[in-house]
This record gives sequence, C-alpha cells and structure tokens, in this order.
Amino acid sequence: MSGGKLRVEGLVKRYGERLVLDGIDLAVDEHQVVCLIGPSGSGKSTLLRCVDLLEPIDGGRILLDGDDIAAPGANANAVRRRVGIVFQSFNLFPHMSILDNVTLGPRKVLKLDKADAEARAMELLDRLAVAEHAGKYPEQLSGGQQQRVALARSLVADPEILLLDEVTSALDPELVGEVLSAIRDLATDGMTIVMATHEMGFAREVADRIDFLHEGKVLESGPPSQVLKEPVEERTRQFLKRVIEAGRL
Amino acid sequence: MTGPDPVLPPAELGRGPGFFRVRSGRGAREEGARAALIATISTLVFVLVAGLVIVNSPNWPKVRQQFFDPTAFREAWPDVLHGFWTDIKMFVIAMIAIPIIALVLAVARSFRGPAFFPLKALAIGFIDVMRGIPMILLILLLGFGVPALDISGVPSGAMFWGVTALTLSYAAYTAEIIRSGIDAVPESQRSSARAIGLTQGQALRYAILPQAVRNVIPALMNTVVSLQKDVALVSVLGVREAVREAQIYTANTFNYTSYLAATALFLAVSIPLVRVVDHLTKRDRARRMQVAV
Repeated sequence: MSGGKLRVEGLVKRYGERLVLDGIDLAVDEHQVVCLIGPSGSGKSTLLRCVDLLEPIDGGRILLDGDDIAAPGANANAVRRRVGIVFQSFNLFPHMSILDNVTLGPRKVLKLDKADAEARAMELLDRLAVAEHAGKYPEQLSGGQQQRVALARSLVADPEILLLDEVTSALDPELVGEVLSAIRDLATDGMTIVMATHEMGFAREVADRIDFLHEGKVLESGPPSQVLKEPVEERTRQFLKRVIEAGRL
Repeated sequence: MTGPDPVLPPAELGRGPGFFRVRSGRGAREEGARAALIATISTLVFVLVAGLVIVNSPNWPKVRQQFFDPTAFREAWPDVLHGFWTDIKMFVIAMIAIPIIALVLAVARSFRGPAFFPLKALAIGFIDVMRGIPMILLILLLGFGVPALDISGVPSGAMFWGVTALTLSYAAYTAEIIRSGIDAVPESQRSSARAIGLTQGQALRYAILPQAVRNVIPALMNTVVSLQKDVALVSVLGVREAVREAQIYTANTFNYTSYLAATALFLAVSIPLVRVVDHLTKRDRARRMQVAV
C-alpha cells in the first residue's frame, strides 16, 4: 500500500451510538488526486474533517508524512497549518472583506506582516480570478466566486495537502464549472488533493484514484476507469446506477 | 416623517409602528395628511379626557399641591440636578466596566475542552449567582457589607460599592446576551477559523466575536437604557444622586414635587436613548432582510 503523503489506518469515528467511520483506510501519495464518492452519510465529510483534526477520532491512526497527527499531545494547530480544507458552504467570514478573509490566517498564524500577507493573498486571488473582488464582502459575491475565495484562503498558508468537501454541492449548476476548473488547475500544478464529490465526470477526468465509501468503510478503490466503468461491488454498481439516472455521469 | 425610509425594503413599508408613516405612490401625500390629522385629533381627545378624569378626582387639589407645586419644583431642582450628575457619572463608569467584564465572562463560558473546565465553571457560577440576586439586595450587601469588613486598602465609599454591584449584576446579564450571540454564529464559522490554523482564542477574537456582537446589538442597547435608570437604585446606600436628593427634599417639606423633578431628568436622557436604540434596531433589521434577499 502506498500513501507517502497521507495515510489513514483503521480510522473509527462515532457520533454517540452511531458508527460513522468503521475502520477506514486511505492512502494518498504526493501529487495524487483521490476522489471520495458514495451516498450521503457514507462518511466522506467526516473522514475529511477528521483528517484536518476538526473532529476527535475514536480509533485508528492518521499519518501525515509519517507523523501521527491525531496522537494525543500532537499539536493540532500546527497540523491544520499543513492541511488545507474547503467546505461545501464556503464559510467565508461575513464581517471581513475578501482580502481580509484570505490574509487572516497568514497574519495571525504565520505572523506575516500586512504587506507580505496581502501580496501573497493577491497573488492567489489573481490565480483564482477573483482579485478584482478583493475589497468586497462575501455577500456581494456569487457562490462560485465565494468558493474560489475559500480555495484561496485555504491555499494561502501553502498546505501540503488540500481536502475538498463537496465544494460544488452548494453551487448553482452554472457556477460549478468555474470552481472545478480552478481545482483542475491546482491538480495540474501538482497539488495533493483528497476530494469528496458527487461530480463523477470530474472525478473520472482528474482523479488518479477513486474510493467508494459505504457505511463508513472503503468498499471499493481503484483507478476511475475501473471503479466507474467496471465496479466489482454490487453496492458501487447500485450507487453509480442512481447517479447515472440523475444525469450526473 | 415626510416619506418612507429609503433603507427599508418594500415589504417593511406601511407596517412600521409610526402613525404617520406615509405610503409611497400617487395620493400618498393626501392620505398621509389625513392620517396625521386623525392621529392628532384622537391624541388630543385622549389627553383631554384623561386630564378631566384626573382633575375631577376627589383628591386632586391635595395631589396638585403635593406633586405639582411650581415653587417646590424650583426649590428642589438645583439639588436634584446636582444629584443627577452623580447618576450620570455612575452610569458612565458602569458602562465602561460592564462590557469588559461581560466579554471575559462570555468568552470563558464558551471555551471548549476539558482544560478550560475550571474557568468555565467559575464563569457559570458567577453568572448564576449574580443573576439570582435581586439588584437592590446586591447593592445593599456590597454597599453595607464590604465597608463593614474594614479591610485595609479596599475602598469603603458607598458610591464605589453601589457602582460595583450594578456592574457585576449587569455584566452577568450582558455576558449571557453576548453568549447567545456567540451561539447564534454557525458552527461552520468556527470550523473554518480553526481550519486556517487559528487557535481557539484567535478564532473567537477574529471570527466569532465580531459576528456575535453584531447579532445582539439591539439587546445590548436595551441593557444600556435599563442601566441608565437602575443607577438610581444606589440611592438606597445614601449616595446623594437625584432620587436621594428628591427624597431628602420630601422629608424636609412633605412635598413630593421633587420626585417629578428627578423623573423629568431621567426621562430627558432615557427617551432620546430609547429613540436611538429603536433606530439602530430598525436599521439592523433592514440590513438583515436585505442580506436575506
């Protein structure tokens, strides 16, 4: 099993009585793009939140470059600096301008001075084609623009790995493309990405590997051509059939 | 009011509490003028009837002498006004201290994780006790109790302890208001603040609190209005503020007009304050509705 960058072993997560992650294994190499697919409630989001230490875990290990980041005593704040995450609902800070949203992390966490932080932020905003909105507030932007700002905010600290949690699910259909193309560019530039998504077409095109999650387990894993075209598992086939019926593949 | 408030979205028009709110559109001006006329007439009739009922009550001549005596008003006024300055001073001091203590309490209460438990328990205990004691009792307890201990270095002034009691009690209430504002900020905001590497404290300071306070500005402003009046409670300690001065005058002359003088002074400050609060609340609501659209 590979997993030079990120390696999740037997991860268990419960919410009360409910077992959400039932011993998940995940391996991601540097520059690899891994897509997590599966029905709602299969544990995709929880897995990503656990990897960014936003949720305490109930068992297993999470290794980032070989460091056990979820071990008791590990510095969670330091880990979050190395991992970027973008959420379904953008979650920009509504009381701050776009530029302040992006510079907050660098200034407070990396202790950059204002000019350095802003230069870095503007470079990213420019790359994601939202530089012209730097002075605006989140509510003045479209969903697609907000999500690209959220991408910039998570990239500004130069993370080693980027976690994307259904980042296009809350968008109007005509705005999905601009966000996906931004992600495609990141992947092309060699970013290591783990992405929970319902965009099967995009997964097929960009992913190096697709993991199908079902009831808190990785049920099937392989290159897109295999998982999407010739799934071995009955559950995967059922899931893909529904996705095709919904016109998403 | 001569026209609709431009910041209000259309749905708000005509629903406002004002009698004189004018609808836009053709004929609105005449309609508004008619409404104003009706409102004026009905108000005059009401005042007239109420006035007649009071003036014709059997004890009116006596009451007029004891409560509405112009000479007594003039006599009492300088002392009451002087006392009212003390009220204003106490109000200002409490207004500075309350937000600081309230913020500390609210933040202590909303910290998460077992390491912060003692801090959190302390804050909860303090807030519960302060909210559980009637304000006047707290003023009496601190105002008479602490100076009686005669601890060296601890101030013994009645005003000091009166203001302290007010401050602690109000800080507990204000802390709860701020906490409700913190709770109203979506959990996802905290997640994304932590996700960019902010510590729990930084997340509160930069991401959560600014939103939380904005959520509760109207409630906080109401607290200000209420505090402005409650400073009068410190009179029970003998602090010579407006109500106390009025009491002293009454005790010497058996005339209650001095209380009216104090009332007039409090109203002179509280009514403009209430108007400002109303305005801010309305503006805040309009802003929220615009965002929702």
